[in-house]
Amino acid sequence: MAQRQLTNSFPIEIGEGNRKVLDLRKRTKLHERIIQGLLFICGAISIFTTIGIVVYLGEEALRFFTLPEVTLLEFFTGTVWQPQIDEFGILPLLTATLMTTMIAMLVAIPLGMFVAIYLSEYASPKVRSTIKPTLEILAGIPTVVLGYFALTWVTPILRGVFGENTVQIYNTASAGLVMGILILPLISSMVEDALSAVPISLREGAYGLGATKFEVATQIVVPAALSGITAALILGMSRAFGEAMIVAIAAGAGPNFTLNPFEGAETMTGHIVRISGGDISYESVEYKSLFAIALFLFLVTLFLNLISQRIIARYREEYD
Amino acid sequence: MNGTPTIPDQNLEEPANPQFETNVKNRNRKGATWRYIFLLSTVVGIIALSVLVLTIIDDTYGLAAIEYKVPLSEILPPGKTIDEITCQEADVILQENVSKNRYRTLQNEQPITERTQEECANLIVYEIAKPVARATWSLSASLLNSEEIQAYTTEKYPEAELVFKKWLTKEFITSPQSDDPLTAGIITAILGSLWIIVIVIIVAFPIGVGAAIYLEEYANDNMINRVIRTNINNLAGVPSIIYGMLGLAFFVRVLEPVTSGAIFGFSDPGTANGRTILAAGLTLALLIVPVIIINGQEAIRAVPASLRQASYGLGATQWQTIWHHVLPNAIPGILTGTILSVARAFGETAPLVVIGAATYITFNPESVFSKFTTLPIQIYQWTARPQDAFGNIAASAIIVLLVLLVALNATAIYLRNRYSRRLV
Repeated sequence: MAQRQLTNSFPIEIGEGNRKVLDLRKRTKLHERIIQGLLFICGAISIFTTIGIVVYLGEEALRFFTLPEVTLLEFFTGTVWQPQIDEFGILPLLTATLMTTMIAMLVAIPLGMFVAIYLSEYASPKVRSTIKPTLEILAGIPTVVLGYFALTWVTPILRGVFGENTVQIYNTASAGLVMGILILPLISSMVEDALSAVPISLREGAYGLGATKFEVATQIVVPAALSGITAALILGMSRAFGEAMIVAIAAGAGPNFTLNPFEGAETMTGHIVRISGGDISYESVEYKSLFAIALFLFLVTLFLNLISQRIIARYREEYD
Repeated sequence: MNGTPTIPDQNLEEPANPQFETNVKNRNRKGATWRYIFLLSTVVGIIALSVLVLTIIDDTYGLAAIEYKVPLSEILPPGKTIDEITCQEADVILQENVSKNRYRTLQNEQPITERTQEECANLIVYEIAKPVARATWSLSASLLNSEEIQAYTTEKYPEAELVFKKWLTKEFITSPQSDDPLTAGIITAILGSLWIIVIVIIVAFPIGVGAAIYLEEYANDNMINRVIRTNINNLAGVPSIIYGMLGLAFFVRVLEPVTSGAIFGFSDPGTANGRTILAAGLTLALLIVPVIIINGQEAIRAVPASLRQASYGLGATQWQTIWHHVLPNAIPGILTGTILSVARAFGETAPLVVIGAATYITFNPESVFSKFTTLPIQIYQWTARPQDAFGNIAASAIIVLLVLLVALNATAIYLRNRYSRRLV
């Protein structure tokens, strides 16, 4: 951000060729310096937070990986996660996370896109001003409440439709579906921002060539905003990836290496919530393994967020 | 461009091309269909929201099959119902039926004869009769299938009595946490949530606003400040459970002497550990600081540069300008952003489960060094229990949580309107 530079020092002439700079600025007092220093520290705290995350998660994760019973290779390729018998393969937790994320995206991508297109291209300002806050309420509902909703409403419906024998009480499908509802507002509002940023001249050009409203929306506006849309989808994915309570309540309480969405399977976040909610000793392998999972989760979401930010930064340049 | 483009003139001479006509019709029809699809998708979110609220309300009332360990008819004097019993009679009955120790404890809490009729009646029910909810049904099921439920209950729990129960009651809000869904309440959890929120506000508000001022008013475009900016955006996207792990490793373990209150001599060294309100509050503060900063930056950026220029022109220093002109104008936006992030912290569960660990707390928190439970943690624990009745009290607790959140958001809107009237 460009600093507002004020020119309040003037070169003035005193006699022949004798220039002196007269500085009209008030001297910065000591307490102002101190205030500025304190404010800088406030800003720097965010850096300490990141360093804290990396250091503390990394420290415990390192302790975990240096244990004789654990190897990095086993961690990333093992298909069994059972700390009691020293089996630490993250794949069952990872597949469960990927499944809930994928189901959530299957719900949230089309719905989020459609909502955004409707709000940006079709809705009157009045309609938009009622629908947007409603969707924001949805985004503000605590996830523990959504977890309860998944377990007591969505799961019974799934069991009613597909049969009680196919659908288990805890399953990744219901957690994923509700998670889709959770990230829908996030995606729709970001996509709408991207669509609204497309210059009106592009739309008018298309109308001038005889395109219908639908054609303008899908063939002109959406492609023009594609980078912004991608950024929104990646961010939504990162949010779904790290979401904990819905899956902790509805997806199942036990690692399960499966690709069947109707079976219970514990995700990475769900595992952390369940294990840390019990009483575990700080010295146990289980405790350390949680930090390894958390570090992995942190790195993946960080990676996704960085890509998303990079894309947004680039697409801003296109139209500004 | 070289030369004039040649226009195929037969198109101009054929105004009514049948293929063209149907094409336009199809395109318009397609457009209209999709319009409805877009509209429907938009409604889906609103439907989801209403279904959610209805499901939860549905679970807070309904039939319950209640079984008494000792039938009330055996306890009460003949010909009297529980509502008619006086406290003198209750005193006698209690003396006969509960252990001496328990009776003494009850007397010490408040002499039985000095209690209200309702309290005395409750004492008899919960101390002697000891009801257990065998099965419960939601409001809709209770209304639609009452006969089936009746038949089911008589067959499966012949000793149980079918009553229509309202789960969200005044007692539910004012009772402490308990292992029995019929007597469990949420006051412990509400107080825990409030204590934590107070710490979050005290810590996160100054830091967040300070950082926002620094980034908008002081920071020039150098390396450190760019790193800070990118970093804040990233922190806002870090999953909340990661903050929980950070809190566990740092506030609970490394800072244990501070967060347990041991170095202040506050707590019993025997039971002290860092899993306290203070640790929870600090963790949630870290979680919402990035959000407060981002909102604060936007509010500060919205203050017109001309205000600053005028202030500088009158000889004010940079801090005077910020304190007297920028902040008062930015405060509505900053407050709104802060309250919304506090609302987020209020509903946050995962990091607190990680920090609070196995929390079965029946006493109200007394200081920041107390162990805690919060409303969302309580909901999570009750949802995880298999018995029906826990689902009902989880739903009741959710209603309380949602009402508190709506109140917070309404405050945000009120403050914004009030301050914007006065200052702009």
